[in-house]
Amino acid sequence: MADFIVSLLTGLSSAAAMFLVASGLSIIFGVTRIVNFAHGSFYMLGAYIGYTLVQAIGSTGIGFWAAVLIAAVAVGLIGVVMEILLLRRIYKAPELFQLIATFGVILVIQDVTLWVWGPEDLVGPQAPGLKGAVFILGKPLPEYDLALIAISPLVLLGLWALFKLTRWGTLVRAATQDRQMVAALGVNQRWLFTGVLFLGSALAGLGGAVQIPKGGADLLMDFNILAAAFVVVVVGGMGSIFGAFWAALLFGILQTFGIQILPNSTLVLMFLVMAVVLIFRPWGLLGIPESVLQIPSGPPERPLRPALPRVRALAGAACAVLLALPIVHLVFPEVVGTFTLVLVIEIMVFVLFAAALHFIMGPGGMVSFGHAAYFGGGAYAAALLVKFADAPFELAFWAAPVGGALLAFLFGWFCVRLSGVYFAMLTLAFAQIAWAFVFQDMPGSVLKTFGIADEYGAPLKITGGDDGLNDIWPSQWASARVSYYYITVGLSVAALWIMRRILYAPFGYTLRAGRDSPLRAAAIGIDLTRHRWLAFAISGAFTGLAGSLFLFSKGSIFPTTLEIARSFDALLMVLLGGVQSLFGPIFGAAALTWLNDLFSVLSYWRFLLGVTIIALVLLLPQGLAGFAGTRLGRRLRLARPEEMAT
Amino acid sequence: MTEATGAPVLELTGVDTFYGRAQILSEVSLEVRRSEVVALLGRNGAGKSTTIKSIIGLVRPAKGEISFEGKPIQGLESFQISRLGLGYVPEDRRVFTSLTVAENLEVGRQPRRENAPEWTHDKLFALFPNLAAMSDRLGGLMSGGEQQMLTIARTLMGNPTTILLDEPSEGLAPVIVEQVAKTILDLKAQGLSILLSEQNLHLSTLVSDRAYIIEKGRIRYEGSMAELAENEEIRAAYLMV
Repeated sequence: MADFIVSLLTGLSSAAAMFLVASGLSIIFGVTRIVNFAHGSFYMLGAYIGYTLVQAIGSTGIGFWAAVLIAAVAVGLIGVVMEILLLRRIYKAPELFQLIATFGVILVIQDVTLWVWGPEDLVGPQAPGLKGAVFILGKPLPEYDLALIAISPLVLLGLWALFKLTRWGTLVRAATQDRQMVAALGVNQRWLFTGVLFLGSALAGLGGAVQIPKGGADLLMDFNILAAAFVVVVVGGMGSIFGAFWAALLFGILQTFGIQILPNSTLVLMFLVMAVVLIFRPWGLLGIPESVLQIPSGPPERPLRPALPRVRALAGAACAVLLALPIVHLVFPEVVGTFTLVLVIEIMVFVLFAAALHFIMGPGGMVSFGHAAYFGGGAYAAALLVKFADAPFELAFWAAPVGGALLAFLFGWFCVRLSGVYFAMLTLAFAQIAWAFVFQDMPGSVLKTFGIADEYGAPLKITGGDDGLNDIWPSQWASARVSYYYITVGLSVAALWIMRRILYAPFGYTLRAGRDSPLRAAAIGIDLTRHRWLAFAISGAFTGLAGSLFLFSKGSIFPTTLEIARSFDALLMVLLGGVQSLFGPIFGAAALTWLNDLFSVLSYWRFLLGVTIIALVLLLPQGLAGFAGTRLGRRLRLARPEEMAT
Repeated sequence: MTEATGAPVLELTGVDTFYGRAQILSEVSLEVRRSEVVALLGRNGAGKSTTIKSIIGLVRPAKGEISFEGKPIQGLESFQISRLGLGYVPEDRRVFTSLTVAENLEVGRQPRRENAPEWTHDKLFALFPNLAAMSDRLGGLMSGGEQQMLTIARTLMGNPTTILLDEPSEGLAPVIVEQVAKTILDLKAQGLSILLSEQNLHLSTLVSDRAYIIEKGRIRYEGSMAELAENEEIRAAYLMV
């Protein structure tokens, strides 16, 4: 009993940071409609700045709490800087485009933090006056945990008062519902947005600063909390602070008890709970249905039109260059080296991956945050077939697209019923579950429970966990660099062409109709859920194909191919390329893969990549493919006169 | 009806507005003088709402001039235009459904203006007795008529000198329309100028001094409301459905 109570209290205390970060995220999204990926970075900055301040002035109780508060305010101001310099310029960009900008900010902050505080994890000092422990039924509980338990309700109360009792809060709530109307009533939204960014970022900073005595500061904090915060926000209900509070408590407790049952899989447990909640309550525990929240933002999507002759010619020329490269390589190896071929193979793999994601994201309007599941999942299907069934390359290769499709078929059944951010989050949850399945070698564990294990009684190595699966190569005829190059280029170009055909066929029209007006599409007799489901599975198949090409080009596969970061890479490629054009993902994937390769040899490559991404976002708010719509692009006859970038 | 005089408070000259490539307004010119109620009449899709939205800055005109109290306002942002004392009552009411009546009014509040009547919650509740009884009710839980009253009251909280009323009678029962008419006349008596976009000829005839008729984005008729009421031919050409 004593153990139980202490565990419960520990759980409540670990909810504090999660609640603070999640409430900030929720507030920012509610008003600005921006999914702020940099929110985890603000949390991390809160911890680092807090650490430095506590070192300087935190020797007394007052000094410690002052340091924590100053850190929160400082992070709030950093949020303001981001809003004024960056977000303000791109509020009118297509939905979700701002996401890439905040992703650029993540990269910049990572390297700045590394540069200022160094790579070592910092161990947080204890809070003066709260160093001891209290005994509950004879079991010790750190005093600081009690302070953390008290913080969440206090902040909740403060936020409630701010939103309910002040004019500013009333304006923010009104703007959450109808920004235009608020402006037409004489409110300068700009400062409202800046204020919201301050509040949200300061909450993240506070979350980072208060947890220093428990967790210190390290460079992985940003992504670790980001996933958890998203889960909390979505389970609680987008925009509901009370929802975030209850969800954070739920997960805090779940984590504490989860560690005792399933060590190192608490995050998976969170995603599992989120998946269950979203299946039964698609808008979270205390949220309101998305349809009510939806506010038209950005210009409507332009209809897809056949490519102009000039564009077709360029695409043909690009294909010709791709086909000619290996020949040049054989004749003049010093002009086109092996390295170039390897890079082009990698680029084509990601072009295919990004195009498959774009297939549902652009024309389907379904933004998947977890597409790595089908990339890595497909690749693992092929790899397992080689490892355990000795399948030949020619057979195993096709297991990946089939595997990707089946996986997408399974996960998609749940996901396609949701829309918007909730859809994105559920896909992310499934991807995390797939990742854990591979990373923790669950098949091995399952077999062990049935008594199947190795001679020492340890679980069999099936997916190989962290070690991955190695030594998986194509057959002799395909293994030479040039042969594999042609396989990759041939298959990915064919796949791109097939996807394009599908999108210009009635199936594609239906998909776009469903994206633009779900109600009207349903009213003319379209079974939208079925179409979206099918599209999701098709996308899964092509993503799996990309995974297969990736696997056999590397010869091995690791759980990292299913990571969140991999999903985000694909998302970034599509968004950077431009969601509104079928050529977008091609440009985005090529540019990002190339930039990654170019910068990866440099020591502060994240900073450079981040700055480049931010610059591209500011210069081409319609994505790279949006270049066609610029004045220069139209002069070069890459776009019709009416397709002018706005 | 009193005859309004003096320079126009609100004046549009040759305004063109586009949605994408589609031209919605062509060379729209109109004016509203002080303490005058001007009706902008036309069928669905004629360009009434777009005219109003062009004035308040929710859509940007491509060409032409809009001036308010002698100052050009085209190109300004909505909040700046609103702060000059130009109130906007949108056609689909756009009440903040998750805010209470009192909070909806608070969003509209602006500092008082010298040349405009000052509105407080109490004065507004006197004008709209229904609202007083439900000041803690959520906007989303009100009837259409109550929401219409709330939108007008919300705009008045900004102490405007001129109001743009976009189809206030839409979807309302005749008895509520009478109430809207009474409110408009009340406001006019307090010295406010009103541009009223309407399809409801009955309401317009009750309250307006002058009228414009817009069709396919062009002003087709301009004259006093009394003349228009007599002129069967014009009404048949531009207003009958």
